[in-house]
Amino acid sequence: MNTELIIPLLAAAIQSGTPILFATLGEILTEKSGVLNLGVEGIMIVGALAAFVMAKFTGNPILAFALAGVAGMLISATHGVVCLWFRGNQVVSGLALTIFGLGLADYLGTPLIGQTAPGFDKLALPGLSHLPVLGPIFFQQDLLVYVSVLIVPLLWFFLAKTRWGLHLRSVGEYPQAAAAAGINVLLYRWVGVLAGGFLVGWGGAYLSLAYTHLWTSGLSAGRGWIAVALVIFAFWRPGRALLGAYLFGGVMAFQLRLQAVGTHLPSSLLLMLPYALTVIVLVLASWKSRQASAPAALGINIEPRE
Amino acid sequence: MLSIRAYKRQEPLQWRSCLVFLGAVLLSLAISALLLQVHGKPALHGLRILFAGAFGSLWAIEDCLIKAIPIFLCSLGVAIAFRLQVWNIGAEGQFALGAIGATGVALAFPDLPGYGLLPLMAAAAFLLGGLWGLIPALLKLRMQANEIIVTLMMNYIAILILDYLVYGRWKDPQSFGFPMTPEFGPGAIVGKIGSTNLNWGLVVCLVTGVVVWVFFRFTRLGFEFRAAGENIRASRYAGLPYQRLVCLAMVLSGALAGWAGLLEASATINRLQPSIMVGYGYTAIVVAWLARLNPLTIGLASFLLAALRVGVENLQLDLQVPAAFGGIMEGLILLTVLAGGFFMEYGLKLRRTA
Repeated sequence: MNTELIIPLLAAAIQSGTPILFATLGEILTEKSGVLNLGVEGIMIVGALAAFVMAKFTGNPILAFALAGVAGMLISATHGVVCLWFRGNQVVSGLALTIFGLGLADYLGTPLIGQTAPGFDKLALPGLSHLPVLGPIFFQQDLLVYVSVLIVPLLWFFLAKTRWGLHLRSVGEYPQAAAAAGINVLLYRWVGVLAGGFLVGWGGAYLSLAYTHLWTSGLSAGRGWIAVALVIFAFWRPGRALLGAYLFGGVMAFQLRLQAVGTHLPSSLLLMLPYALTVIVLVLASWKSRQASAPAALGINIEPRE
Repeated sequence: MLSIRAYKRQEPLQWRSCLVFLGAVLLSLAISALLLQVHGKPALHGLRILFAGAFGSLWAIEDCLIKAIPIFLCSLGVAIAFRLQVWNIGAEGQFALGAIGATGVALAFPDLPGYGLLPLMAAAAFLLGGLWGLIPALLKLRMQANEIIVTLMMNYIAILILDYLVYGRWKDPQSFGFPMTPEFGPGAIVGKIGSTNLNWGLVVCLVTGVVVWVFFRFTRLGFEFRAAGENIRASRYAGLPYQRLVCLAMVLSGALAGWAGLLEASATINRLQPSIMVGYGYTAIVVAWLARLNPLTIGLASFLLAALRVGVENLQLDLQVPAAFGGIMEGLILLTVLAGGFFMEYGLKLRRTA
């Protein structure tokens, strides 16, 4: 293959990977606090709808993007109420949230199907965008791509180097010990759920504001679930999440290119690629690590104080 | 100042747990009504239409029973896996594979009479549905791959396999381009009971429901299942073959969903087409959890969630409410009931603090 084909493909890989990256980073943050939120798919699509509606009515994509995070946070708060306050099963609550979110976005979004909204266009970074090969791949992306990449070291720094990050991780590893050390376990778990949901909402917003600029039913198409799998693949590390998200972005972009070029392969078989790859990647990651890097108290509710 | 503190209940709530359940459902109904109002539809009138659509006529109740069939079978299967603490979210895909297996047999032997063809179709649906359950079980046991994600991804893959077949290989040449297989021959169709609209799938549900209940209640293997589900580690020390139990549970789970797919293709639409996938596999998870994994209550909950679907269809016709409203209500009911579970284990006390 020649560079004229490869470079746009790699640029498209980053674009397709960005919504998954946001969602994966959000879920890492949530899971690090010991809360398993399987509602990512539902939160993502609600974020996508919120962003789309706001962009349409205000004409301001940046405001719309910010509010999509708030929408994601509000939807995740449901998970917090059910699991943190009422000690409901985290797996079931997350699934219910996905069913609810997909329903809600479809319900409120039906009248908008096929409409367009202002979003983010490509933004060439001065200087860097003219670099050969690297320029067109990395530095002619939209603003949100740069934001997502910036969050990777920020999240790493927060989790690994700050006091609050340490507290949040301790709550996910050994909540009883954290509580004994005077850390407000519930508070940190709430932070994990809400801040994580905020980022997942941004992942959804990327879909409607930068990836498509238009509303269709079922926009998330399993990306939320791929993000949940990527958290395991990434061993709960932001850096590896970036790698995983772009890998999946690459497969999705490749599959779209192949369809556009027109092959003898039926489109339904091509569409299977990312889902099949998710299973393969998950199996490889789990086989090697035996889940040792998962937060020890992930998915386990804490007893209320007497 | 007053503050609220939770305390663990010493004795179970018993009959009052029904009140908690009822309260949770009422809360979800109220939120749903609010959402109708947001959409500019009259909320109370909407709820009335929902109920009238589901229970208002004999025809409606028949429709509820027909829709309850696939939900019940999928849910029964899902519950078997859940009892072992294996999260099978894959009923949707296992349902698709069952429908594919049954259709493959029906198309291959169009001239066979029913007594020969239907058992073959049932076997094919069992095998393919069971296989779709076994794969995630093996990946979980051998490679520690999270079964939630694997079963979910396999749902997407199964639906795409179904699409591939009905858009290509199995497409009816006389369908004017619509993605669907030719109509099944008379031998491949599960018939209706007497002069009603109900099909014999209902009897299949009754029989499998009783068999599963008896199996868990009275057989040795069923006892092992329950023991292993209660405490995985203890059951291993006791020498129970946990790995084999998980495989068996997932095969049965997938096979039951597969049979649901068979019945849906054979009895309800008489062919295979993409519209067969309406999310029964996900509803089944809601049902299994609401019913607390008990075969008898799964029957009741399947009927109620089927009624919700029929009611929402009526809402769609009368008030042009999008069909997705059903998903919202399913999610809400599950969320509120899940939160309500707290009050069965804990009580709340008001306390005066300084």
